Amino acid sequence: MALETVIGLEIHVELATKTKIFCNCANEFGAPPNTHVCPVCMGSPGVLPVLNEEALGLGIRAALALNCEVRRDSKFDRKNYFYPDNPKAYQISQYDEPIGEHGYVEIMVGEEKRRIGITRVHLEEDAGKLNHAAFEDASYVDFNRAGVPLIEIVSEPDIRSAEEARLFLEELKAIMQYCLISDCKMEEGSLRCDANISLRPVGQETLGTKTEIKNMNSFRNVQRGLEYERSRQAAMLGAGESISQQTLRWDEASATTVVMRSKEDAHDYRYFPDPDLPRIRLAEEYIEERGREIPELPSARRDRFERGYGLPAYDAGVLTAMRSLADYFDETAKHVTDPKTASNLIMGEILAYLNAAGKDIANLPMRPRQLADLIGLVEDGTISTKIAKDVLKGMMSSGKDANAIIAEQGLVQISDEGQLREIALRVIAANPKSVADYLAGKDKAIGALVGQVMKETKGKANPQLINKIIAELIRQA
Amino acid sequence: MQDLTVGIAQLHDWLKSGDVTSLDLVAASFARIGAIDSAVQAFLTVTEEAALVRAKENAGKTPDGILDGIPFALKDNMATRGVKTTCGSRILEEYIPPYSATVMDRLDAAGGVLVGKLNMDEFAMGSSTENSGFFPTRNPWNLGTVPGGSSGGAAAAVASGMVPYALGSDTGGSIRQPAAYCGVVGLKPTYGRVSRYGLVAYASSLDQIGPLTRTVEDAALVLQAIAGYDHRDSTSVNLPVPDYMTALTGDIRGLRIGLPKDYFAHDMDAGMRKVMDAAMEVLRGLGAELVEVELPHTEYALSAYYLIAPAEASSNLARYDGVRYGFRAKDAENLLDMYNKTRSRGFGTEVKRRILIGTYALSSGYYDAYYKRAQQVRTLIRRDFETAFERVDLVFAPTAPTTAFKLGEKTSDPLTMYLSDIYTIPVNLAGLPAISVPCGLIDGMPAGLQLIGRMFDEATVLRAAHAYEQATEWTGKRPQAIGGQA
Amino acid sequence: MSLSKKDVEYVAALARLHVTEVEKEALSAELSRILEYAGELKKLDLAGVEPTSHVGVTQTVVRKDEPRASLPLATVLANAPDAEEDQFKVPAILEG
Repeated sequence: MALETVIGLEIHVELATKTKIFCNCANEFGAPPNTHVCPVCMGSPGVLPVLNEEALGLGIRAALALNCEVRRDSKFDRKNYFYPDNPKAYQISQYDEPIGEHGYVEIMVGEEKRRIGITRVHLEEDAGKLNHAAFEDASYVDFNRAGVPLIEIVSEPDIRSAEEARLFLEELKAIMQYCLISDCKMEEGSLRCDANISLRPVGQETLGTKTEIKNMNSFRNVQRGLEYERSRQAAMLGAGESISQQTLRWDEASATTVVMRSKEDAHDYRYFPDPDLPRIRLAEEYIEERGREIPELPSARRDRFERGYGLPAYDAGVLTAMRSLADYFDETAKHVTDPKTASNLIMGEILAYLNAAGKDIANLPMRPRQLADLIGLVEDGTISTKIAKDVLKGMMSSGKDANAIIAEQGLVQISDEGQLREIALRVIAANPKSVADYLAGKDKAIGALVGQVMKETKGKANPQLINKIIAELIRQA
Repeated sequence: MQDLTVGIAQLHDWLKSGDVTSLDLVAASFARIGAIDSAVQAFLTVTEEAALVRAKENAGKTPDGILDGIPFALKDNMATRGVKTTCGSRILEEYIPPYSATVMDRLDAAGGVLVGKLNMDEFAMGSSTENSGFFPTRNPWNLGTVPGGSSGGAAAAVASGMVPYALGSDTGGSIRQPAAYCGVVGLKPTYGRVSRYGLVAYASSLDQIGPLTRTVEDAALVLQAIAGYDHRDSTSVNLPVPDYMTALTGDIRGLRIGLPKDYFAHDMDAGMRKVMDAAMEVLRGLGAELVEVELPHTEYALSAYYLIAPAEASSNLARYDGVRYGFRAKDAENLLDMYNKTRSRGFGTEVKRRILIGTYALSSGYYDAYYKRAQQVRTLIRRDFETAFERVDLVFAPTAPTTAFKLGEKTSDPLTMYLSDIYTIPVNLAGLPAISVPCGLIDGMPAGLQLIGRMFDEATVLRAAHAYEQATEWTGKRPQAIGGQA
Repeated sequence: MSLSKKDVEYVAALARLHVTEVEKEALSAELSRILEYAGELKKLDLAGVEPTSHVGVTQTVVRKDEPRASLPLATVLANAPDAEEDQFKVPAILEG
């Protein structure tokens, strides 16, 4: 019996605001414990929340970027549950009137375009962080994260494979980053993903029993976790067993899913409208303004890079995965005759350099205009491609112009025929065997001679020119 | 020793003349507290040291504003930085807030001198102050009776001349009912008029801070100081605050006052009926026009209130979990056990009862039947008042069905205790401003007259209450039980 | 509407309150009476009546995204029943 995989994702994204959602404490990752805490976010008796306008704005921007309808009239609710990282013992969230609903994201699965529905996007506050003592029967609470603004994005169960789940997440992350909604760093928890997965016979309408997987803390683990769980469920169904509804935890060490909770514990969150926060009523112009904040999104940019610049789909995909990279390429490509050269350098040398240095392209000292100038120098024959790669290294680390580095190191290409002819004559005289080979029909032998000239000129000889000169000289001899 | 019951304007005049200093007034307050509070038990904390330091700073300086240099006290559910704020609960017995409530900041900025924090029903849940986690407060008019609640400490302190004024909070009548029982003036402003920031929440959509004072004029003066938009409270209203003193013209000719037939239809206590009839006559005599109005959903108000308030409370009081502040049970075996033991021991019976009711009303499967239904009834009650206010400027009612009852008389049955708030609760549900002014004695105990106004129309409420007060001699009457004079 | 002992147990567990067997009996009677009273509301036809969750402020209220100083660490922890390593200490949390 052929089985179909059905996956829905729940994603939490921390918003890139300066302050928390309901108080003025800094929203900043990595501070010493309990240093970004005030009476409001630690839930002192008597405090009241006041909504951060930037959090609201980013939430709406996110909803619009995910093609959602934005509610003109919504509210905040209290979700009541006890947990030491939940300072008020209720989380301010949105229950039955989320800020955005009925959206979608389009992803490319191979050649096929797939549309994944977005059920809802809502605003809420993050909880604090619990740290567990290694050898003691205690846990520790740090409230720095309590009150950090979040959006929760819930997808429809439209995802059909672990790979699609990863592609969807990558697209979502790119959209969030393009819109400057979040930095989406899974390793810092600013993007977190839980998944629901079930299997059903192909053609069956009703959904099978699902399990929920938590703690998948990287894109790779999302895919691995879902692949593991799919085969686990398939094996069980194949053996005639039934799936029980459970919450599972992805355990990276063993590469398996582990049961966290059997059955759904009786969660009764007792949602009700938060009396401390008046309703959110949005004017049309306000929503339109948020729409205008949305830049060209990754999918549109990918299309433009392919059609406008004539890049292969692969290049367009790599270059648009991050907005900063795409911006960099766009700016460079404007000033060069062949965008593919720019693409090659960015995807090759530049990304390798950035990865090794652990830097973002936005902080690279070499600016796009400088890169374009370098490419220009290759195109007009001032330097060779080989030299260009050395110059590029200097530019990336120092931020100096290509010309400055070339001048400093005397790297201008030698295209003076007289000078090259003199050197070539010397090389021919010193390498009679290579000459004989060449004359005997071994065309490749000329390479050794060109190499010698390059060596003598420290690589500055114009390679096309030197080839031509050597061939001529031998034939003349 | 100065008599602190003479009214704020008189105290201010004394300070201005230089004959009396702030230190004198503060010392008078502590002297009075020292003399009688062992009997009345209004204060949970006195801040003598800090108050004297502050008063000395002010000594010899002419007052800047009307409240400058004048002592006051706060119900112990308003946060005071560095000063214990217990909410009348064991669970917060040792709690010292890291910040002050906006009302505290405003009175402080106006030069007021805090002398202490006042007893209350635990988390403001009660109508007699017998639910305090520490001790009951006594009514200065008769130490065997309750001062009302939940702002019982505030009413008793003002009634017995320990402070010229105090702030209380009113969720279902908790300023007005104790004001009536203790023979003082109590004003519940419109919901949103005074910032709730720093008021420890009981039922957030109903809670409102207001003054308890000797006179209507004093209520106007204190309201002036604490009213107005606060960016820290999203439910505080960004509307200009009128000059309330100019409203106190004494002239209410042509003012239309509604008599809700649904309030008087109940079999009202004969003594109370007599006092109310007399008050109506006074108002008529002053030129007001008394008109019968209908508030047909009144009978459902109590039911709605006793679902909404506990529901909100169950959520508001969930934060007392022994993690960040307050009491924590020491002998817990694990986290769940710590929660259960901390909360079971830290909260009193009535608080636990309301948390359970509220939790039930919000729980899955019952939300629509209880909480949502109560919120719908709230809409009907609001509409009742809106309809009435199309015809009248104010609504007239008793503040409470009876005068103060005996200590212990109603503690065994929560429902009869709840019934003492029957006339005050609809006002909170609708968010309206209302005042209680003394309107007579029944068997030697004070009764209160309630005047209810339109949203944000405290000015008319104060005007009518002031005119009534000027025409009668009830205000300023002093209880004999603890010695009529300071 | 009456509340069984089981209802009381369920609600008490949700509210993190420990109630003894004796209390359960008393509470189920008391709470039933209060709920019976609250049940009066069922007499009303409330079809189409909007619930009131807020009175007064009707506009959206927001503040600027401007950081202000947080509390000093010592103040944050000042009221803590148990603190260690600059954090609030609680009995261990078991997975799930």
